Amino acid sequence: MKFGIVVHGAPYSSESSHSALHFAQAVIDTGHEIHRVFFYHDGVYNGSGLMAPPQDEWDLGARWATLAREHGTDLVVCVASSLRRGMLDSTEADRYEKPAASLAPDFTVSGLGQLIDTAINADRLVTFGA
Amino acid sequence: MAKLLFIQSKAPHGSLFGQEGLDAILMGTAFAECNVLLVEDGIYQVLKAQDTRELGTKDYSVTYKALPDYGVSTIYCSERHLLARGLTPDDLVVPVEPLGNDAIKQLMADHTAILGF
Repeated sequence: MKFGIVVHGAPYSSESSHSALHFAQAVIDTGHEIHRVFFYHDGVYNGSGLMAPPQDEWDLGARWATLAREHGTDLVVCVASSLRRGMLDSTEADRYEKPAASLAPDFTVSGLGQLIDTAINADRLVTFGA
Repeated sequence: MAKLLFIQSKAPHGSLFGQEGLDAILMGTAFAECNVLLVEDGIYQVLKAQDTRELGTKDYSVTYKALPDYGVSTIYCSERHLLARGLTPDDLVVPVEPLGNDAIKQLMADHTAILGF
């Protein structure tokens, strides 16, 4: 089965990110497929390439990146949510003349159409709210 | 054929859930049949006479009025949650169809995906 995952919560602020990661791993471990993980609302902060949590805690940013690298999982942050919260890739940082990019390289910035595509084309849509 | 149900459950100006949820609704209407259900404090998103000038947030209740132009003909709301807040449909900026719990269950079952905010 093809799952679409939506994450609304910022990392460490609610259980949203942890639960979504556990769920995504379980989807893969049980032989199912992830259509896309769409980060919306405060969920876009999961795309931060600047997270530096203490070493004895889960590095949520690194875990999302591992998911993308090992399983080719499509990690998309909503462009409108990202821009207003300061999550910019280098293209957007240049466009808005900001001093640095903040988005990790394993995430893609895209529009809300990707959320709707996920809702339409995944067999199941699972939202991790906050 | 995809049929999407958007559920708004949060009060309008304490978080951006309502406004960003509404953005998702508008995008959804470009690709699929979409319906909107207001529950819990989400009903306050369409309360009449909102004035956010001192708050620094956007009064997006007006955008709800445009939903019919996007093909969203009916806005549903939980009858129980409307009554619990001492409100009637006359207090809201858009016409709503109040639904009981059984009808809400049926509404959810009639859609291919639910996007909750």
